[in-house]
Amino acid sequence: MKEQNKVFITGNEAVGKAAIDAGCQFYAGYPITPQNELTAYMSRQMRKAGRVFIQAESELAAVNMVFGAAAAGARAMTSSSSPGISLKQEGISYLAGAELPAVIVNAQRGGPGLGNIGPSQSDYFQATRGGGHGDYRTIVLAPTSVEEAYTFTCLAFDLADFYRTPVVILSDAIIGQMAEGIVFRPPSRKYSLPPKDWALGRAKGQQNIIRSLYLGERVLEKHNLKLQRKYRLIERKEVRFRQHLPREASLLIVAYGSMYRLAKDIAVELEGKKNKKSVGIFCPLSLWPFPYKALAQACARVKNVLVLEMSYGQMLEDVKLALGRQKPIYFFGRAGGEVPEVDEVCRFILKHKLI
Amino acid sequence: MKLEFIIAGFGGQGILSLGKIIARAGIKENKFASFMPSYGAEMRGGTANCKVIISSQEIASPYINHPDVLIVFNQPSWDKFRPKLKRQSLVLLNSSLAGFSPSYRIKVIACPFTRVARELGMEKAANMIVLGRLWREIKFVKELTLKETIEEYFSSRRDIVSKNLEALARGKEL
Amino acid sequence: MNFKRPRSLKDKVTHYCPGCGHGVVHRLVAEVIDELRIRRKTVGIAPVGCAVLAYDYWDFDVSEAAHGRALAVATGIKRVKPDLVVFSYQGDGDLAAIGTAETLHAANRAENLTCIFINNACYGMTGAQMAPTTAIGQKTATTPEGRSPQEGDGYPLIISELLARLRGVCFVERTTVITPSDVLKTKKAILKAFLNQINKRGFSLVEVLSPCPTGWGLSPQKAAEFIKEKLSREFPLGVIKDEA
Repeated sequence: MKEQNKVFITGNEAVGKAAIDAGCQFYAGYPITPQNELTAYMSRQMRKAGRVFIQAESELAAVNMVFGAAAAGARAMTSSSSPGISLKQEGISYLAGAELPAVIVNAQRGGPGLGNIGPSQSDYFQATRGGGHGDYRTIVLAPTSVEEAYTFTCLAFDLADFYRTPVVILSDAIIGQMAEGIVFRPPSRKYSLPPKDWALGRAKGQQNIIRSLYLGERVLEKHNLKLQRKYRLIERKEVRFRQHLPREASLLIVAYGSMYRLAKDIAVELEGKKNKKSVGIFCPLSLWPFPYKALAQACARVKNVLVLEMSYGQMLEDVKLALGRQKPIYFFGRAGGEVPEVDEVCRFILKHKLI
Repeated sequence: MKLEFIIAGFGGQGILSLGKIIARAGIKENKFASFMPSYGAEMRGGTANCKVIISSQEIASPYINHPDVLIVFNQPSWDKFRPKLKRQSLVLLNSSLAGFSPSYRIKVIACPFTRVARELGMEKAANMIVLGRLWREIKFVKELTLKETIEEYFSSRRDIVSKNLEALARGKEL
Repeated sequence: MNFKRPRSLKDKVTHYCPGCGHGVVHRLVAEVIDELRIRRKTVGIAPVGCAVLAYDYWDFDVSEAAHGRALAVATGIKRVKPDLVVFSYQGDGDLAAIGTAETLHAANRAENLTCIFINNACYGMTGAQMAPTTAIGQKTATTPEGRSPQEGDGYPLIISELLARLRGVCFVERTTVITPSDVLKTKKAILKAFLNQINKRGFSLVEVLSPCPTGWGLSPQKAAEFIKEKLSREFPLGVIKDEA
């Protein structure tokens, strides 16, 4: 555990640091709690690095500025929290349609509507099903720690460029605002990124057009099928997850992001009570593509499955898609800015005899 | 070794700074540390609290069920977090702004931290007086580490460093 | 007069209606870009509206933008590639209704951009509904009795005059394209708006009162008269601001 050069930093700031290190040239944002540390960080660091920071007049403007910067070939990012991310959906749909790379960060808070500023995981549907209009998906990465907030953001820029698609970092008020001592680790997987010959202002002789409008018979269908082929490729190549499967585990907790951390405490607590490692944990790190196959395999040996979320059952639907009727699936969730407590989840597990 | 702190009070009382300094001091000694703030929509006057964990092991959730140490700066915080205490918990209570029943079975160190700070002419450093008093009770890091952390934390304002170190020293004597 | 096709314009018949102003203004923009020799470093932003397919006619790089967001997209491009010459080409609904915030704030930030604003006093593409710039009494698909401020339809929005008040704006001129001399004036204004950008003077806007015979239910001749008699009274022609 002797790690030198640990930096004490919040998750939001770690995202910002990652953007700087990944060569992000453009950031536009609009203030909203609980992601303000990120906008503030970018305002200082981007200009210091000779790059562009704009405090936009709205979330709409911010995401469309990112569209422009991305269209011109720059690495670009915007960030917000749930209500602001709803506003950005227009731009995310256009980014997906025009096949532009961009990174969008959502430090989720309680909803619906203005909700509150407490942590939440209630934007899972919005993030993993596209979110805006049209048939598209965005890659969704869910960090479980400040260190992963850094690594995943670096990775997000590579994935965005490699697949020419918007990538969402789905964190929450916990991952965003908590501070930990971390080491900045770049992602291990490297992508060979082709030059952006499609970008505006290349002056290569040909006319470059950035568009999502395709009129004419079957023209849009053709474009859609191209996008779908890309999404199938991403589903094959970019599934990410983490699992702890003790031999004697009878229960598998499925949790992502900050709830993965809670699940670890729950496993330790129950180990103390039962004197054996009766709880396994499965943590999807990419929410789209969701690790359906890996989850089904992880469940093979356990008796019960418990989905733990700060929502009323959103990832639950993907778990059901993965497992069908293979195992009994239980759910524990709290939302509205409230965080489940270790004690109450343990009581639920014991009451329902899940271990 | 694992120590869980909840620090709570009004926004503007240095709650979050105190939490960050404790966490940073832990990291300085190569421990794992997490800091989790929670505050209302208002910047000043609303309630604020933070949860800090220092541990020799990797930390799972930054949330805390039953704190080892509860530091409360005002009455609403005391009312809110009292039910979370366990028998071994240590409480530091700012008696300038919160009262408690002496029949309580948990160890409570009650000091008028705000008044002491005001007498020193640095009301804003009440949090460092608390830190000094806490350190006298639990030596969770070396004293030198604590001082260095404070120096680094306020490094952009030299005049404030000496005031805070003075407050820390005063806290130790309480 | 030079009737050769500008290099910046493709050899293509436009889809615009007879008497529409878009074709003329497209050509003027292309001529200016040719004359300034900036074709390879120019990026246009096409609006949502009749001119969304402008990239089929212009022969330089073009990006679409979501409805109203042209100047936000332009901001993103120009800020990361300051050496490019970036202009938005927007209609009245795009610029002065759904995109008012983006327009106002790009101007207020003094973004070094050029904005060509085509005001045809209606939403041409969707079937000639009321626009923010529709004249009082003008009949549209959504003001069948004519635009009535008393009925709550609001007044013609003088967005150019509003923008001219902002310190970030260096040049605003309103022109039209109904006579040859109007066309020449418009070209001069567009040239100036591009030159301002090249000389880093900040935000420039040229508003062109542009005929929409189909949308207005008038012949091209009557449409020209409507601009002369009615529209240019609501929206007076001339230089509104010039600090370049």
